[in-house]
Amino acid sequence: KEGPDQKTEVVLLACGSFNPITNMHLRLFELARDYFHETGKYKVIKGIISPVGDAYKKKGLISANHRVTMAKLATKNSDWVEVDDWESSQSEWLETLKVLRYHHQKLLSPDPPNSLQNAIPLTKPGRKRKQEPNRHDPVKKKNQGPDIKGVPQVKLLCGSDMLESFGIPNLWKLEDITEIVENHGLVCISRAGNSVQKFIYESDILWKHKNNIHLVEEWITNDISSTKIRRALRRGQSIRYLVPDVVQAYIEKNNLYSPESEDRNAGVVLAPLQKHASDSKN
Amino acid sequence: VRMKSRIPLILLACGSFNPITNMHMRLFELARDHLHQTGQYQVIEGIMSPVNDDYGKKGLVSARHRIAMAKLALETSDWIRVDPWESEQESWTETIKVLRHHYNESLRLLQSKKEFMKNKRPIERSTEDSLSYQHSVLPELKLLCGADFLQTFKTPNLWKEEHIKEIVEKFGLVCISRAGSDPAQYINESDLLTKFQHNIFLVKEWIQNEISATQIRYALCRGLSVKYLVPDSVISYIAHHNIYTEESERRNEGDLLQPLKLHSTTVNPLND
Repeated sequence: KEGPDQKTEVVLLACGSFNPITNMHLRLFELARDYFHETGKYKVIKGIISPVGDAYKKKGLISANHRVTMAKLATKNSDWVEVDDWESSQSEWLETLKVLRYHHQKLLSPDPPNSLQNAIPLTKPGRKRKQEPNRHDPVKKKNQGPDIKGVPQVKLLCGSDMLESFGIPNLWKLEDITEIVENHGLVCISRAGNSVQKFIYESDILWKHKNNIHLVEEWITNDISSTKIRRALRRGQSIRYLVPDVVQAYIEKNNLYSPESEDRNAGVVLAPLQKHASDSKN
Repeated sequence: VRMKSRIPLILLACGSFNPITNMHMRLFELARDHLHQTGQYQVIEGIMSPVNDDYGKKGLVSARHRIAMAKLALETSDWIRVDPWESEQESWTETIKVLRHHYNESLRLLQSKKEFMKNKRPIERSTEDSLSYQHSVLPELKLLCGADFLQTFKTPNLWKEEHIKEIVEKFGLVCISRAGSDPAQYINESDLLTKFQHNIFLVKEWIQNEISATQIRYALCRGLSVKYLVPDSVISYIAHHNIYTEESERRNEGDLLQPLKLHSTTVNPLND
């Protein structure tokens, strides 16, 4: 395709506990990709699962090693979704924005040989790059197909619960939310009849950047939450067909989830809440 | 309660399985967990019985494919299998007959095992053999279904009253429903079902996973992904044989379901 049919390359980044990864997490990627392809304006080139680090201190969060391994097992059969352990290998908890920036930088870096190797930053060197979602100037690049427009965008893939968590006091910094929706973009998968649109409407910053918040409706109800999976496991109930077989086998072999594991971090303040509380004190 | 003294139980699911989805397989897992937790049963087998092509449902693809897909999906299950008997009959078969058939089959199998054991010298019998030989409790066969299935009993001309009675009296139902639906109420509204409610097991599915096969077919026709809703092997099979298309979806369009055809002719012999 040529001319105005040029497509923007998109990378989908999902951050979360993945404790454990489930078929629902994997579905998010499929739904998002179908959505972008149907617009005719985007081409999804990669999906990244980035499990949160242990320093997040969420109740019941088991070791990142296991969570990363399970995610890798789950995506073995995928030719476009992969797992990245950069975030989970940091010793401190990292804001989601930092993970987005990291992956965005990685796409632009010349190290790994790929089709984006010769992507040239659109701004003068030394100046902080800002990604404008509706940029129409195609940049001439060597070795890039004629149907690719601009530089690839990394978008945060999430469910409505993450989007609505923007409203939880001290969980997110306003400037982070702003940069996420302004420079990167959100892809939010939610069930029909959800309150996401209302939530966006009631937020000035989200409303301002609503063109960069893609809402995808999930018609096939699939509410396989990790919490419920862990609960079923504690009760000796089957989780087959809710998580990939290899993940179920791994959990069973390593006896990962128990009442003890669920008690981890009980009473501990979640890292972002801790951080923002102490920031505001300073 | 020791496993040995539990009643052996076979779960039978009838349906289109057009195509089989992760949700279908979940029904079995949920039912088994529930029945084990009652302490009274030992689920020994799960049987999936795809309906005959003659059923006449809109969009129903050939049984050959539906059986093949179910086999692929169940390859990794050590207790659930697909049975082609119903689909191989010359015409559509009432559910009660499928239940009777599989029950008789299980009795036959039990009988032949007993014969086999009798002819074995004691030294050849393993401890397990001895246990099951003594374990001559007759198995029970129950129909596994979703809550919507219970409600179809109300549809005029779809079921014969005496069949419903035999199903709940002689066999039993294991009915999986999602949070929010209330099959107990429906049972309460039916005298027949209330009478045999001890033989209707209601299992609530807390982890919502309503993967309707109809939606799967729509997605496939539109070139959308169904990965993680249906096993990979089934997705490959569907793609390879190009099974679900706009054309396949129009099959039987406008036709009456076979049970409705049959029952309305018996009720109204004067109609053409």
